[in-house]
Amino acid sequence: MPPTSSRESRGAGLPARDPARTGPPDPETCYRLLLLIRTVEEEIARVYPSDVIKSPVHLSIGQEAVAVAVCMALRLEDVVFGTYRGHAAYLAKGGDLDRMIAELYGKNTGCAGGKGGSMHLVDVEHGVMGTSAVVATTIPEALGMAMAFQYRREPRVVVSFFGDGATEEGVFFETLNVAALRKAPLIFLCENNSYAIHTHLHQRQAQSDICRKAEAMGVPAFRFESDDVETVYARIAGAAARLRADPFAGPCFFEAPTCRWREHVGPGEDFHLGYRTADDVRRCQANDALKKAAGRLTEIRRAVIEREVLGAVARAFERAAAAPFPEAGTLLDDVYKEV
Amino acid sequence: MERELSFVEAICEATDQEMGRDRNVVLFGLGVDDPKHIQGTTKGLPEKYGAERVFDTPLSEDAMTGVAVGMAWAGLRPIHVHIRMDFALLAANQLVNMAAKSYYMFGGKLNVPMVVRGMIGKSWGQGPQHSQALYSMFAHVPGLKVVAPTTPHDAKGCLIAAIRDDNPVLYVEHRMLHFQKGPVPEAMYEVAPGSARVTAEGADLTMVGISYMQLECLRARHELAAVGIEAEVIDPIWLAPLDLDTVVRSVRKTRRLLVVDNDWAYCGVGASLVAAVAEALSGEVGIQYRCLGFQPTTCPTSPTLEEAFYPNPASIAAGAHEMVRGDSTWRPPRRAYPETISFRGPF
Repeated sequence: MPPTSSRESRGAGLPARDPARTGPPDPETCYRLLLLIRTVEEEIARVYPSDVIKSPVHLSIGQEAVAVAVCMALRLEDVVFGTYRGHAAYLAKGGDLDRMIAELYGKNTGCAGGKGGSMHLVDVEHGVMGTSAVVATTIPEALGMAMAFQYRREPRVVVSFFGDGATEEGVFFETLNVAALRKAPLIFLCENNSYAIHTHLHQRQAQSDICRKAEAMGVPAFRFESDDVETVYARIAGAAARLRADPFAGPCFFEAPTCRWREHVGPGEDFHLGYRTADDVRRCQANDALKKAAGRLTEIRRAVIEREVLGAVARAFERAAAAPFPEAGTLLDDVYKEV
Repeated sequence: MERELSFVEAICEATDQEMGRDRNVVLFGLGVDDPKHIQGTTKGLPEKYGAERVFDTPLSEDAMTGVAVGMAWAGLRPIHVHIRMDFALLAANQLVNMAAKSYYMFGGKLNVPMVVRGMIGKSWGQGPQHSQALYSMFAHVPGLKVVAPTTPHDAKGCLIAAIRDDNPVLYVEHRMLHFQKGPVPEAMYEVAPGSARVTAEGADLTMVGISYMQLECLRARHELAAVGIEAEVIDPIWLAPLDLDTVVRSVRKTRRLLVVDNDWAYCGVGASLVAAVAEALSGEVGIQYRCLGFQPTTCPTSPTLEEAFYPNPASIAAGAHEMVRGDSTWRPPRRAYPETISFRGPF
C-alpha cells in the first residue's frame, strides 16, 4: 500500500477528520463518530428483517467507544485491522459510509464490490485493512504491515483490534512473540466483551488475565478499567507517538472492557438464551459513551451534528438500496490480479 | 558451452537477482540464515542483504504466513520458505482464507504478491510427515497459483516469475530434484504461469510427469524406447494455472494419455488434468486415459514399503506399455538412480 495523501471526506457529506490532530480528543468529533456508528448499527438492525441485507452482521452497538477513542488518536496514514465485528473500527477510522452500506446490501458500489459483505469491509485509502470472518486471522497481517513500515522507516502506526476470543487462538501467541522479537511498531488492542458467542471468558480460559498473556510473550500490556474515551484516547495517542518516533520502539498491548448489547450475530437482543441477563447489559448501558459525549456539547451543537449524521446515514441507505447489483458476468473478476 | 547450475544454485541465484533488483523482496522462514542455508538455496543471502531482509523465524508458520500477507498488502514481496511441505499445513488458514481470497473478497483492493516455497521429501525414510506433496490441496483453491519446476532452468525462471507475480504462488520443490544439474542462463528470465513444455517427442503415447515424476517419466521413456515405443513427455511446470492446450494437442496426436502425479491421485492435479483433457476431447473416440500417483495410503518409512508406495520408472513404463501394447506382463528391469543412492540422512 503506497503512502496515501488522500484528504477526501469519508463520504456521505460528513466532514473529514483532521488526520494530523493532536491534543485531547475533540468532543464534537467524538460525539459525531459515536453517533454515526450507533445510528448505522441501529439502522442496519431496523432494515434487517426486510432481508435487504442478505448476509450475516455482527453489530458493534455498545462497543463503539473503544474504536472511536483509538482511531481518534491515529492519523489518516495509520492503519487499523478490525474483525468481523468491524463496523465501529471501519467508521471510526474514516471508512467510507456509502460504500460500507452498499457492501452490506451486496451492491456493485460496495467497498468490496459486493464480494465481501459485512465481515470483509475494507477501505485502503482511509487505512482500514480488510477484515476476516475467522477469529484472530488478521492479527499477523497487522504485524506484517507494521514490519513493512518499520523496514521502510515510515512513521506509521498499525493497530490490531481483536476480541477476547482471539486470545485463545494459537496465532495470537505466535504473533505476540514475533512482534516482540522484531520490535515492531504495532498496537495490539483487545476489545474484551467477555463472550465468545455465548460462552463467558471464565469458561474458556483457566488463566483469564489477558494482559498477563501478552506480558508473558514480552509485550508490555495495560488494562483499561473502562472504555472511557478520554482515558483510552490519551494512552493510545501516547503509544502511537512513541511508535512514530522510533520504528523499533516495539509493540504494546492494551485490553479494554466493552459490552456487546445485541446478539452475537444478527440485529436483536438475546437475553432469552440465558447466558447473560438483561441487567448485565443494562449496567453497561448506564455508562453509555454516546450519552456521555452528548453531555459535553451544547444543545445547539448537538442538534447540528445529529442532523448531519442522521442525514448522512439515511442517504447512505437510500443510495445502497438504489445502487445496482454486480453483473453475473463479473463473478470471475479479481480471482487473480493480472497486469 | 552453456553454464550449468544445480537446481539449488538456480533457486539461490534467482532469489539473489530478484533481491538485488527489487528492495521489496524479503526472505524468511525456519533456518534461512542458518549454516545449512536451506540445502544451499539461501547461501550468501543473509550476508549480502542483511537481517532485515533475510531472517530466521520462530516456529510459527501460521503467524509468519499472515505476516507475509500483511507485508504483501503493504507493497513488499515476501518469500516464505518451508523446509518441509508438510509444515505448510500449519499455515493453511492464512493461505486458503487470506492469501487466496484477499484480492477477490476485498473487491480488488488488496492483492498478495508472495511466494511460499515448500519442499517435498522422498526416500531414506522421510515417512508419513516429511514426504507429502500436498500441492493438489492448494491448487484446488482459486486465488492461489502453484508451480512445480523440475529442471534448474525452470527452477530459476519459475521463481523469478513467482516473485514478480502479483498473486500468492506456492513454489513446490522436490528434494530429489535439488540434486539435478543443467544449463541455466545467467541473465534473468521468467518461465511464466501456464506454460507447459514438451520435454521429449514421441508418437505412441503422451506422458505427463508432475514434479519429480517428470524425471521418472523421462527414465520410463528410455525403457519404452528399448522395446520400440516412442513416448511424448510433457512437463506441465505450472499446476495452477494449468496449460491444458499443450497436453490436448499431444493427446490428439498420440491417442493415449498417462499422467503420473507426484501426489495422491484421488482429487489430485493429475486426475483433474485427465478429466480436463477428456472433456476437451469428448467428441473423439478411442482415446485411452490413465493416472498414476502415490498409493492411497500414508507414506511408510521402511524401504520395502516405501518402494511400493511411489510410481517408479519401471512401473510407469509398464503402465505405458500396457496402454500401447495391451500386455500387462512386461516390466523393464528395476534400476537404481543416482539421487536415491546419494541421498543419505540424517535429515
